[in-house]
Amino acid sequence: MKIDKGVVEYVAHLGRLALEPHEIELYTAQLNSILEYMDTLNALDTEGVEATSHAIPVACVLRDDQAKDSFAVVDSTMNAPQKIGSSFKVPPIIEVEE
Amino acid sequence: MENILDMTIMQVRELLRKREISSVELTNYFLERIAKYDGEISSYLRVTGEYALKTAKEADEKIAGGGTGQLLGIPLGIKDIYCTKGIETTCASQILRGFVPPYDATVIKRLKDEGYVHLGRLNMDEFAMGSSTENSSFQTTKNPWDLSRIPGGSSGGSAAATAAGLCIASIGTDTGGSIRQPASLCGVVGMKPTYGRVSRYGLVAFASSLDQIGPITRNVSDCAVMMNVIAGHDPMDSTSIPQPAPDYTASLGKDIKGLKIGIPKEYFRDGMEADVKKEMDASIALFERQGASVVDISLPHTEYAVATYYIICTAEASSNLARYDGVKYGLRESGKDIIDMYKKTRFKGFGKEVKRRIILGTYVLSSGYYDAYYRKASKVRTLIRKDFDDAFRTCDIIVTPVSPTTAFRIGEKMEDPLAMYLSDIFTIPVNLAGLPGMSVPCGLDNKGLPIGLQIIGKPLDEALMIRAAYVFEAERKVEKIPERYKEKSVSR
Repeated sequence: MKIDKGVVEYVAHLGRLALEPHEIELYTAQLNSILEYMDTLNALDTEGVEATSHAIPVACVLRDDQAKDSFAVVDSTMNAPQKIGSSFKVPPIIEVEE
Repeated sequence: MENILDMTIMQVRELLRKREISSVELTNYFLERIAKYDGEISSYLRVTGEYALKTAKEADEKIAGGGTGQLLGIPLGIKDIYCTKGIETTCASQILRGFVPPYDATVIKRLKDEGYVHLGRLNMDEFAMGSSTENSSFQTTKNPWDLSRIPGGSSGGSAAATAAGLCIASIGTDTGGSIRQPASLCGVVGMKPTYGRVSRYGLVAFASSLDQIGPITRNVSDCAVMMNVIAGHDPMDSTSIPQPAPDYTASLGKDIKGLKIGIPKEYFRDGMEADVKKEMDASIALFERQGASVVDISLPHTEYAVATYYIICTAEASSNLARYDGVKYGLRESGKDIIDMYKKTRFKGFGKEVKRRIILGTYVLSSGYYDAYYRKASKVRTLIRKDFDDAFRTCDIIVTPVSPTTAFRIGEKMEDPLAMYLSDIFTIPVNLAGLPGMSVPCGLDNKGLPIGLQIIGKPLDEALMIRAAYVFEAERKVEKIPERYKEKSVSR
């Protein structure tokens, strides 16, 4: 076993996912077999090999700093599941002492 | 009247120009076919009939006024992954149900600029994660060649609709084979261009260093026409290659004398179905008869590609999908605080495979495992790229099968994610290396299921691939549309 249920629960928390108990069981078993398969990479010596994050050379692209029209607020918030006026509405983030 | 379904876009365009047919008639023809056949194929998530007919009418007016456009009046099907202003875009996920983008993806804008008609949104694996389209949260698409089988994925709806003649052509996306594999399993042409050749602006992101957009068509000529429309630099995508795209239709009809074709020995090992091997051998012989020569090459790190890919793509997916937080768009479940709201929203909104990949991706990026998995995979990716660099020193294109097997049965691999991942073994290395890859139909197996030939090119060498594919297609005539979906004439 590479990972147990506790690791899956912890990682699901990091990924902001609630899981049902049966899902935790299932993912623990499946992720173990997938991670075992991924360990085949350990057979390769990659000492001194550069990492590739993009297959083609990607340069930092700059543009002139010019003011121009952007999305209207009404368009940017049109899909919000909850809003107040033109603002996104979210549950309290900072706890208030009673 | 010749059969519209056997024509190229260029031929249909000519009929439209000569006013022998109108775009409204053409659009109605495809809408009728969708109504007649898609009940059993389930390739479309949503048909946008009214919008299609409105743009078709506008196209007819433009044509009457002498207007032109590479796709003027041509009805296409669109994978449900491109932001399209005013049109619901779901990525086949419950979490995006009802999302109506306020802007167009660059690809959609380019199609619009050329006058296309939007028939509807095509099914896919949720967030393009899958190889069978069974991970759609809405419906299971069937392979038009055998309705008990999967169409491949993730662009399964695009490939199935194109194969069954439910659109003239379609566009898909390919992160690990999601254009080429379904094109292969449904017997149509699919092109994954070089990474950066087509702008990803407005594409719902899965794995940003691997995702690429490309056409799925019934013939190579249409692939060239579609590439002409979508390829080219876009300032809105910082990974877009700042070079103009050539005219891909100029490649059609040129010979391939002297072309050097690399055959990687690592792709012709155990696990390949006998009929796939047989058609590969016949295809290589065909290229030789056309004046190409065959070079044996080696891609020694092929066996590590699937593991490398599933570390990198899940890592990128886990961060890309962080944006689905129940705040800006899509589904929102209530929770006692914001973290609880995030968790419940994502629990309800994401399907099984998406959750599996978020967990896996979060794990390989997490403190203590980053070096062992993500960093290791990024280094192996360099070795896989180098394999191709070395191979292309001795050949011009590489030819392999797209998939070791033909279409498998619905449900066959759903309980075993690793088996599903391994079905992409021949397509994944191409994405890791950022190269262009293409699927071209090369025959049917003993069950009557399509087999696809993969052509891999050097970076930005799509024109040469189209040239080779066109020669191949002219010599190896393969049925493109299953008997059941053929029709003799267009209703007028």
